Amino acid sequence: MTDMTAATPATPDAAKVETPFQRFRSEFFESRVATFALATFGVIVLLAVLAPWITPQNPYDLAQVDVMDGRLAPGSEAFAGYTMWLGSDGAGRDLYSAILYGLRISLAVGLASGVIALLVGTVIGLVAAYAGGRIEAIIMRIVDLQLSFPASLVALMLVAALGKGVDKIILALVVAQWAYYARTVRGTALVERGKEYVEAAQCLGISKARIVFRHILPNCMAPLIVVGTVQTASAISLEATLSFLGVGLPQTEPSLGVLIANGFEYMLSGRYWISVFPGLALLFTVVSINLVGDHLRDVLNPRMRK
Amino acid sequence: MTKVLDVSGLKTHFFTRAGVVKAVDGVDFSVSKGEIMGLVGESGSGKSITGFSVLGLIDPPGRIVDGSIKFNGQELANAGEEQFQRLRGNRISMIFQDPMMTLNPVLRVDTQMIEAILAHENVTRQAAWERSRDALGLVGIPSPEERLRAYPHQLSGGMRQRVAIATAFLNQPDLIIADEPTTALDVTIQAQIIYEAQQLTKRTGTAMVWITHDLAVVAGLVDRISVMYAGRIVEQGGIDDVIDRPRHPYTVGLLGSVPTANRRGKRLFQIEGMTPNVLDMPKGCAFGPRCHARTEACREEPAIEDVDGRRLRCFNPQRQAEVVS
Repeated sequence: MTDMTAATPATPDAAKVETPFQRFRSEFFESRVATFALATFGVIVLLAVLAPWITPQNPYDLAQVDVMDGRLAPGSEAFAGYTMWLGSDGAGRDLYSAILYGLRISLAVGLASGVIALLVGTVIGLVAAYAGGRIEAIIMRIVDLQLSFPASLVALMLVAALGKGVDKIILALVVAQWAYYARTVRGTALVERGKEYVEAAQCLGISKARIVFRHILPNCMAPLIVVGTVQTASAISLEATLSFLGVGLPQTEPSLGVLIANGFEYMLSGRYWISVFPGLALLFTVVSINLVGDHLRDVLNPRMRK
Repeated sequence: MTKVLDVSGLKTHFFTRAGVVKAVDGVDFSVSKGEIMGLVGESGSGKSITGFSVLGLIDPPGRIVDGSIKFNGQELANAGEEQFQRLRGNRISMIFQDPMMTLNPVLRVDTQMIEAILAHENVTRQAAWERSRDALGLVGIPSPEERLRAYPHQLSGGMRQRVAIATAFLNQPDLIIADEPTTALDVTIQAQIIYEAQQLTKRTGTAMVWITHDLAVVAGLVDRISVMYAGRIVEQGGIDDVIDRPRHPYTVGLLGSVPTANRRGKRLFQIEGMTPNVLDMPKGCAFGPRCHARTEACREEPAIEDVDGRRLRCFNPQRQAEVVS
């Protein structure tokens, strides 16, 4: 890509100057699978955001839920007159509405914990890489220690100790995941720190903090974005796992995991839809994020470029 | 002339697990305002470490163990990081070897240049931008406004080195240390870069230390030359004296190794052997084992003395006639 002169005349005009982001964007959309996955994820996000306006029922407003509608098969008509295309659960909640509301919570929890863990892990990783010596050793041993436990175990213990609630589960997910970011950033930052442009920046008298955040950090973004997407997907499924086990979100803030757990007891009696449809929603969400993440890795890793 | 930089008895050693590496072992030189001093030597002779020492860029296990570095009368050999941060990029600048590596690939040229100004001066972004644009114009970059908007990967190697030089001159420093700035470029670009550097030092009165292994480059550029071998200066003097009438066998050998047009078919002169192992320096004269003129006296360490209008560290100064047998 260094060879811009081949495509443009000796003096490329200003309008054609391609920023790294534009180049990245055009390369990303070359893959149909990734484009499709991104579109799917976009639709999922849109559905979740618009849930209150496109669902017939607010499944957690008790005034709108009728126990008489309980366990209706997909396509049945509710007492209130609308069709329950995905059936209803044991409490008479319309599953289509419940799934969309559940997506809201799942995505919010996943994205919030992903972003917070990313910020925390990045700062800690950068500090470790730049400080070096004892500080780095201590931080990285903590990271190693944490990564030697499965993330779900760490989260499970924390939630058990902290109790239920959106804030608590976000905190638990952040604690379970910051170490992945810290390790990624520290590794990349160490490589970047050894590069000449850092020495050149030092020679210009630029302050340490500025070198770390303005020069080194942007060069660490590529692996960080990839780890970020993959970890966000895993945060969403981790939250679903915890909720399914009954230690995550309470019934009043139903995520997809809670919905799956609700239908679990009906599975053997043939009422598959109560668990399966929320499960599918979770599956599509996580798979689409992971596909996007996979392709991001291919695009952002120069060694995998064609 | 006022001395901008006065280095004397500089010793920079590296304390490695395998032993003490005396990368720079007693170097003296000075550079005056507007003067270009060439620091020449093979790889590993300590020329780059000398440059880094002046800028306080020696990382552990390395450390300046002795000597003084006087910059405008200010002692730098034991200066703190803060003092250096004020000087670097402001009063002393550095130009690096590989222009592909020294610009941050994710930041635009304007960001990087403006930052270099704002780190030292309290001016508006607009003023800093204008100064960056003018600096690019000075080093012969056409349509500097557009180049400022470019990312480093959109510029050629020669263009990037010009950006690096323009950045080095941005704050009108008193001293620039250029560490093999033309080595990674092809000859035509080399010549242009040398020309620009020469013009800029003339115009601004900036002193310059030009570190290189390429005698052909320094011959047309520098005013004075210091030839380094194994961490020490072996010959130092005016460029014409040293190039035309080298006295040290090492300088003679270096000059003899330069391929010239009229030598076609003849075997090129070669200095025998390799640079000595830094952990196991030969006793006496460090160049002794490779020297074609060595005598019994060379078992002792020669001191640097004034000989024939130059500084020389040798017991057996050469005559031109004796070059390359």
